Amino acid sequence: MTKSRLRLFVLSFFLIISLKPLQSAEMVDPIKVDWSFKGLTGTFDRASLQRGFQVYKEVCASCHSMQYLSYRNLGEPGGPEFSEQEVKAIAASFEIEDGPDAQGEMFTRPGRPSDKFKSPYPNVQAATAANGGAYPPDMSVLVKARKGGANYIYSVLVGYEDPPPGVTLDDGVYYNKYMVGNKIKMPNNLMDGLVEYADGTESTVDQMAKDVTTFLAWAAEPELEERHKTGVKVIIYLILLTILVYLSMKKIWSRIDSEV
Amino acid sequence: MSEQEYTPTSKAGKWFNDRLPLLTLGKHLTDYPTPKNLNYWWTFGGILTFCLITQIVTGIVLAMHYVAHADLAFASVEHIMRDVNYGWLIRYIHSNGASMFFLAVYIHIFRSLFYGSYKSPREVIWIIGLMIYLLMMAAAFMGYVLPWGQMSFWGATVITNLFSAIPLVGDSITTWLWGAYSVDNPTLNRFFSLHYLIPFLILGLVVLHIWALHVPGNNNPVGIDIKKPSKDTVPFHPYITIKDAFALLVFMIIFAGFVFFTPNVLGHSDNYIPANPLVTPAHIVPEWYLLPFYAILRSVPDKLGGVILMFSAIFILFVLPWLDTSKVRSAVFRPIYRQFFWILVIDVLMLGYVGAMPAEGVYLVLARVGTIYYFLHFIVVMPVVGYLEKTDPIPMSISEPVLSGGAEPSLARKVNDKV
Repeated sequence: MTKSRLRLFVLSFFLIISLKPLQSAEMVDPIKVDWSFKGLTGTFDRASLQRGFQVYKEVCASCHSMQYLSYRNLGEPGGPEFSEQEVKAIAASFEIEDGPDAQGEMFTRPGRPSDKFKSPYPNVQAATAANGGAYPPDMSVLVKARKGGANYIYSVLVGYEDPPPGVTLDDGVYYNKYMVGNKIKMPNNLMDGLVEYADGTESTVDQMAKDVTTFLAWAAEPELEERHKTGVKVIIYLILLTILVYLSMKKIWSRIDSEV
Repeated sequence: MSEQEYTPTSKAGKWFNDRLPLLTLGKHLTDYPTPKNLNYWWTFGGILTFCLITQIVTGIVLAMHYVAHADLAFASVEHIMRDVNYGWLIRYIHSNGASMFFLAVYIHIFRSLFYGSYKSPREVIWIIGLMIYLLMMAAAFMGYVLPWGQMSFWGATVITNLFSAIPLVGDSITTWLWGAYSVDNPTLNRFFSLHYLIPFLILGLVVLHIWALHVPGNNNPVGIDIKKPSKDTVPFHPYITIKDAFALLVFMIIFAGFVFFTPNVLGHSDNYIPANPLVTPAHIVPEWYLLPFYAILRSVPDKLGGVILMFSAIFILFVLPWLDTSKVRSAVFRPIYRQFFWILVIDVLMLGYVGAMPAEGVYLVLARVGTIYYFLHFIVVMPVVGYLEKTDPIPMSISEPVLSGGAEPSLARKVNDKV
């Protein structure tokens, strides 16, 4: 009786869930990529992160800010893990505004690892105005801020197509198979051979899209590797403790004529 | 009760206990006679206490780093996630902790519904519990506003706008709640203040909840009054403490699974987009634990009607002890009510599901059917079934599960199977 009720229960629940496809089907499911950082013990591909940073720096950074990251993050464990010298050099390649000094004047100086990533525009309004009325979103947490996460970002990067017949696009609007609503104001910026990877990897569109998405996934969750590692330890510890407590419980309850 | 006779063995203990009988209280808590047949659904009281303390402790640490300002809140959360030592862990425990808290409280409430724990003489425990639940919803809602993401902002806008449905004074009340003419910095500030206050109110109510529980003692799966202490009871410590500890650990494994491996699955991705009053998200949805009420709200075409119905859905629970006419507590012995109980569970789950979907087409129909059934269950089914139902024989005690003569040895087992 209990079983049949349970079955009824489960059945009706799945019946309800299965109604979902009736929902509007305007969005194409993003491409599923087998990311190295997925799964319980997933970690980032170090080389891919470094290449991804290069793509970000040479392509994305001219419009997109990443204001919550600091240059020092690039050298921290679990990230691209550039060496200390490399991080210093990367930071120093940016002119950062600082001040006011003793005279009350703002001044610029070479960046330091403790500086936040330099934004391409002084504020959101300037960024919006310079990009045809569409604000290029800050990319610090972009992967967490989009349904579908890394798969979605990757899919949009490789999802540019000619619009299907009947779809007319305004100037400065592009057709993208995976973008919500299919219309995107970001042009297709990736083309084969666009960047020259320091490690000699061939920079195909697919490769660059994967690398930069990996970089963005790390930027959104810089704690991911530590989280996974700690998580495995915590769960193992909890399971062992649970077993010990279970055995203690059985022992204690054996004193009386009742089951636990 | 045995505490009257309790004398601490040490001289210092006696001196202190004569002035403030804390040791007597401790003795009462450890000796507290508990029905020995409590099943694992009864471990959620302890689990909920753990959840509350976890939320308070992690919340206090988060408040040390969080900035309640419309321009800085989002950035301060990212500061916690990136720069504060183990900030990501503390925040993910806190945000997933809210979900785990509600998961546990829903199990706790439905356990009470199944075993009739809300019935005489435990009405006051039930009502205090509902007050805790209301405060939990308020605290969770305000907490969700604090990161100042898109869902924070628009969720706050939708919920506070509900009050504008009140005739005549609605708009004034909404403005008063906001402290501005829209959801803005003053709103965020007061929500933070209240979000910090409410957990301590809950803590106070939890003390009353447990106090009220210790007057009649625990209900149990058989639902009968038991003599305390007797061979039907065990002292709370070590029997119940160890069992609660075991259940809590299993719960913590699931909790840790969310925190470490899918920390954002229960949240909405839009909340990682900073709040923008000029851009409305495509679908504004509350956190999962509020979805059934959201579905009820949206099932009514009239705004005021929806608000009234949503609040009624909660407040009807306050009179539940008087709507239930059955003399038998436990659904184990109520074959008809038992079926309706499970229909209610499915109904609430369905309402939760359609609450997450756009309010149109088949979802709107389902929401309306679910809402009507929700109220029918309490207003019609509970009183009527209580009168008409022929209940199964009830055992005299936990140790002697059979009522009389007509030996039914399977009954004891049956009781265990049910639970």
